[in-house]
Amino acid sequence: MLPLDPAPTELEHAFREVLAASKTRFVEEGALAEHVRDFGTDKTIVSTVAGVSGTLNLADISDPLQLAGVDLAVLHARLGVAENGAMWLSETEMVYRALPFITQHLILVLDRAALVPTMHVAYRRIDIRQTGFGVFVAGPSKTADIEQSLVIGAHGPRSLTVVLRGSGGEENFNISP
Amino acid sequence: MTTHAQRAATFLRDEPRTDWHDQSLWHVRSKRDGSIAGIPEWETLRQLGSDIKDNVLSHLDTYLEEFERQATANGVVVHWARDAAEHNRIVHGILERHGVDRIVKSKSMLTEECHLNQYLEEHGVEVIDTDLGERIIQLRGEPPSHIVMPAIHLKKEEIGQLFHEQLGTDVGASDPQYLTEAARQHLREKFLAAKAGITGVNFAVAETGGIVVCTNEGNADMGIHLAPVQIHCMGIEKVIPRAEHLGVFTRLLARSATGQPVTIYTSHHHAPKPGGEMHVVIVDNGRSEQLGREDFRNSLKCIRCGACMNTCPIYRRSGGHSYDHTIPGPIGSILSPGLDLKKHGDLAFASTLCGSCSDVCPVKIDIHAQLYKWRQIVSEAGHLASTKRIPLLGAGAVLSRGGLYNFVGKAARTALNLAPRAVVYNRFNAWGESRELPEVPTESFKEWYDRTQTSEA
Ligand code: SF4
Repeated sequence: MLPLDPAPTELEHAFREVLAASKTRFVEEGALAEHVRDFGTDKTIVSTVAGVSGTLNLADISDPLQLAGVDLAVLHARLGVAENGAMWLSETEMVYRALPFITQHLILVLDRAALVPTMHVAYRRIDIRQTGFGVFVAGPSKTADIEQSLVIGAHGPRSLTVVLRGSGGEENFNISP
Repeated sequence: MTTHAQRAATFLRDEPRTDWHDQSLWHVRSKRDGSIAGIPEWETLRQLGSDIKDNVLSHLDTYLEEFERQATANGVVVHWARDAAEHNRIVHGILERHGVDRIVKSKSMLTEECHLNQYLEEHGVEVIDTDLGERIIQLRGEPPSHIVMPAIHLKKEEIGQLFHEQLGTDVGASDPQYLTEAARQHLREKFLAAKAGITGVNFAVAETGGIVVCTNEGNADMGIHLAPVQIHCMGIEKVIPRAEHLGVFTRLLARSATGQPVTIYTSHHHAPKPGGEMHVVIVDNGRSEQLGREDFRNSLKCIRCGACMNTCPIYRRSGGHSYDHTIPGPIGSILSPGLDLKKHGDLAFASTLCGSCSDVCPVKIDIHAQLYKWRQIVSEAGHLASTKRIPLLGAGAVLSRGGLYNFVGKAARTALNLAPRAVVYNRFNAWGESRELPEVPTESFKEWYDRTQTSEA
């Protein structure tokens, strides 16, 4: 349970806990580049994060259907919600609307300073109309439609990994990409 | 025409399966309880959700027009449909204009209500439901039995057999992981080939002219973002005034539905993708009429979380199909009599009036009170089955006379002890079929009160 006016460490603690419960992994900032390298050199990787190199350049794409073969996408998330683990991506972050869904695996990089306690605060911070599409992502794609058994990887990513970076605290909060 | 009681009796014939169904749903209800325990302000949130929806219902026209203006400004094409037939024609018209002969569709109770699949198929359009549960029941040729978990009535072995026949999975395989993977591969092809995607709408925001869709699987987004044409179908009651209200509803919805803190994807669509088209079809189909019924209008506040089903002792032990209506369970039972009193009137009696539905409802609909009100209307219209009418007539005569009430109570206490079981457990009394009577106290409350009060005096 989050206190009424949580400290940055409490926000991060709640955020990690709730995402872990929805089968999301965390990787430390310093280990990200290596983590992506270990993913496999033969894989199709898309990255918009500085310092992480991909194998497919989004500028070379003209149709979202060409993303069908993407194995891993490494993208920024703009804001994270501590109470439920939801992370906001506008079209600015995802480039192609289909990308965070069609990729087999997803890594999201989020600034600690962009953690907010609840959805109420989140909706005050973001402008849902800023781009034509925007989404909160709160875990890897999942289903429980067969006898209520949890299965990860329904139609979207089979895994979600989150990288928190920088230091916490509201003063660093920066809404523009 | 069969009644709910008859259809429920068919479901109940398989007792172990009934118990299993009951427990599956109770498990979901328990997860909901666990999840709201972490939100101390839960009751305030419910009140907020309820108040926002009350405001919406009082200014529906204003908000819908504001939504239309904003959406149009965003580049969205907004359509209005008076009823199901018009809705289906509009959707087909859009597809026809683009020469689309195959579409992918994510879960939408509205398109179920309008029988859109059937209509499109009759017009030569292949419709693929992409939510796993929806795809399962589509392959079986069945309607959903629950609004959030459409295939909750099926066992994994049955789904395994179905997938073996239709998708070529291994014979006898029933592992959910394996079956889900098979569906993933099968549906990925459909996503990549579809020329249009259709979704339902959880919330439409008047202030910004956008629509919000909440899913766990990501199927709605796979469909919408890969196809050039996207169509979103919504009932008129889905509009909410402002973006900030999404904070209230996203916190209420998933916790009430499955006990998750939020759905995996909460997608906000405001404008077509580059080079694409975005359509929103706003449908009335009887909702204005319900809005005009003072006693029942707030049933339109429903956000379709399914919590009232998961908690309902009747739903859990009779199955969604026994309601014979697109929306089953307690909320379905107060929405459907307004559409066809003769056909659905008996659903008002598919309840113990325990009030659990109203207790869990995230937007505070007084569901059980409305069920009770529908009962009055059904009995006044003369649609009451005689097995319900005869004991009720007796009760009416007794309850209106104090002396008689006391006497009959005493007589009943004696009679219940003396009566052969056949009086209770006979074919005219469905109630006795799976119940035992309580032990009969020797004195009534009134007798006890008189005795203890006198001895103390
Ligand atoms: S009536 Fe209330 S509990 Fe039932 S589905 Fe609607 S919102 Fe949920």
